Amino acid sequence: MENKRQNTILTIIALLFCTLLIYLGDNNLSRFQLRILNLSAIYVILGLSMNLVIGFTGMFSLGHAGFMCVGAYTAAILTMSPAAKELIYYMVPIHPLLANIQWGVIPAALAGGIVAAIFGVLVGFPALRLRDDYLAIATLGFAEIIRIVVTNTTSITNGSLGLKDIPSVKSLWVYWGFAILTILILRAIINSSWGYAFKAIRDNEIAAEAMGINILKHKLLSFTIGAFFAGLSGALMAYLITSIDPTMFRFTFTFQILLIVVLGGMGSITGSIVAGVLVTVAMEWLRFVEQDMNFFGFVIPGISGMRMVIFSILLLLVVLFYRQGLLGTKEFSWNFFLKLASKRSKQKEVS
Amino acid sequence: MFFEQLLNGITVGSTYALIALGYTMVYGIITLINFAHGEIFMVGAFVGLALTRFLNVNVFLAILGAMATCMLLGIVVERIAYRPLRRSSRLSALISAIGVSIFISTLVQLIRGPQTTNYPASVINNTVYTIGSIHISKLQLIMILVSAGLMIALQLIVKYTKMGKAMRATSQDYDAASLMGININQVISFTFALGSALAAAGGVLVGIYFNAVGPFMGTSAGLKAFAAAVLGGIGSIPGAMLGGLFLGVAEITAIALGKSSYTDAIAFGILFLVLLIKPTGILGRPLQKKV
Repeated sequence: MENKRQNTILTIIALLFCTLLIYLGDNNLSRFQLRILNLSAIYVILGLSMNLVIGFTGMFSLGHAGFMCVGAYTAAILTMSPAAKELIYYMVPIHPLLANIQWGVIPAALAGGIVAAIFGVLVGFPALRLRDDYLAIATLGFAEIIRIVVTNTTSITNGSLGLKDIPSVKSLWVYWGFAILTILILRAIINSSWGYAFKAIRDNEIAAEAMGINILKHKLLSFTIGAFFAGLSGALMAYLITSIDPTMFRFTFTFQILLIVVLGGMGSITGSIVAGVLVTVAMEWLRFVEQDMNFFGFVIPGISGMRMVIFSILLLLVVLFYRQGLLGTKEFSWNFFLKLASKRSKQKEVS
Repeated sequence: MFFEQLLNGITVGSTYALIALGYTMVYGIITLINFAHGEIFMVGAFVGLALTRFLNVNVFLAILGAMATCMLLGIVVERIAYRPLRRSSRLSALISAIGVSIFISTLVQLIRGPQTTNYPASVINNTVYTIGSIHISKLQLIMILVSAGLMIALQLIVKYTKMGKAMRATSQDYDAASLMGININQVISFTFALGSALAAAGGVLVGIYFNAVGPFMGTSAGLKAFAAAVLGGIGSIPGAMLGGLFLGVAEITAIALGKSSYTDAIAFGILFLVLLIKPTGILGRPLQKKV
C-alpha cells in the first residue's frame, strides 16, 4: 500500500516535471525543433495504438494508415474555415452540409478519433474472425479501399487534390498533451481486466476462450481503441502539416509505425514511446543523407530514398537478430529505480 | 465487343494468375505470405527492360533472362530473411517479409529513381489479328500463350517430377515429409525459385503491356495477385489460375462499365468478401484450428 502511494506521488511529480518541460520548450525552442518534437508525439501515439493491437492483443492488423486517413480528413474538414473550403473545392463544390461547419481544433481531433473508431467497429466486426496473415492482408486491403474511396468522393474530400490551409497548430501542449493522455489511458487499459484478457488472447486464443473470455468482444474492443488513437493522431498530423492528400496514407506509412512497434518491443508501452521518439528524430536526422554533402570541396551527391532503405534494413536486423526489440515486454517502473537507489545506498553503508 | 473485353480481361488475368501461383505455392508449403513476391515481379520487369534496352534481345529471351535472375533472387530472399525465422512466431516471419519487400522496392528506387520508364517500342511489333469480329493484338496473344505454357509446365513439374512430388508431400505434412527423408530446405528453395520465375515472366509481360515499369509497381500488383490466390483457395495451384483470370475479367468489366477509378478497390473488395464468406476460397482445403 505504502509502495503504491509512493509510486503515485512519483508519477505526479514526473507529470509536473513534464509540464514544466513543455512550458519551457514551447517558449524557447526553434520552429524546426518544435516540429520534430510534435512529430515524435504523433508517432508515439501511433506506435502505442498499434502496439495495443499487435503487441498486446496479438492481432496482426495493418490498417493503421486507413484509420489515420479517416481521422485526418474528419478533423481537416471540421476545422477549415468556410472561406478556405470555398477556395479549395474548386473542382467540385463541397457538400452543402459540410460547407459552413467550423469547430475548434481539439473537439475536431476527438471527432476524428471517434469517426475512425466507428470505422474500426465496421471493419473489425467482420475482419477480426480472421487471424494472422489473413487479418494482415484483409486490413491492408481495407486501408487501400479507404484511400481509393477518399480519392473518389470529391464532394467531401476534394479527391486527389487533397486539402490545404488546415488550421496550423504549433504548440507542444496540444501534441504532447494528447500523447501523455494516450499513455495514461492505455496504461490504465492494459492494467485493467480488459488488458489481461487482451494478453490472454495474444498468448493462447483457444485457452483464453476456454477460460471464458469473450474473444470477439475483446478483440473488437482492442481494435476499436487502436483505431480511435490512430484517427486522433491522423487529425494531429493534419494540424502539423496543414495539407493532406490521399497518397500520404499509403501502406508504407503503416510499415513505418510497424518499425516503431517492433523496434521498441511488441508488448511494451515504454518501448513504443522510446522507439517513437527515436525513429522520428532519426528520420529527420537522416534527411542529411539525402542532401548534398560537402567534404573539403568534394561534393558527395545526396541520395534520395536512402532513408527508407536504411529503415527496411533496420527492421530486418531487429526481426532477425534482436527479436524482443529495445525493451521486449518490459515496462518502466518506479520500483526498479527505487531498488537501484536503495542498493546503492546500502552499498555505501557497507563500505 | 463483349468477347473483346473478355479477351482483355483474360490477358490481364493471366498475368495475375502467374503472380498468384508464387503466393499460393509458398503458402502451401510454409504457410507464409511472401510479401516480397510483388517486388520480385517488379525486379523481373526491370531485368527484362534492361535486357531489351541494352542487349536488344527479343521478348522471349528477355522473359527467360528475367526468370533466371529472379529465381536466384527468390532463393536468396528465402535464405536470408525467411529461413532463420522458420521456427519462430508467424508474426516475426511476416514482419521480416515486409522488411524485405520495402528493402527491394526502395533499393530499386534508389538505383532507378521513382519515375516509371517504358520498354523500347521495338520490342514487339504490334500487329493486330482479326478473327471473325474479334481483334487480338500480337502482344495479347503472346501474353496468353506464354502464361498458359508456363502454367502447363508448372503442372507437369508438380505432378510428374520427383521434386514436384516432394513439394506436394511437404505441403500436405511438413514434419512427416521431413521424416520421410525429403530435404525440406531444398524443397522450399525450389518452391521459391519456381514462384519467383513465374512472377518474373509476369513482370516482363505486364511491363510491355502497360508500357510502364516503376519501383512501386510490385506492391499493388502483388496485393491484387494475393487477392486472386485467396479467391481461388490459397495453397491450390488450379485455384490461383482461376482466381487470377476471374480478377482480371472483373477489373476489365468495371472499366467497361465506366468505373475505372475503382478498379483497384475491386481486388480488395473481392478479397474481403471471400475471406468473410468462404476463407478457404473456391478450391482451397479447409483449415483446422489446432490446439
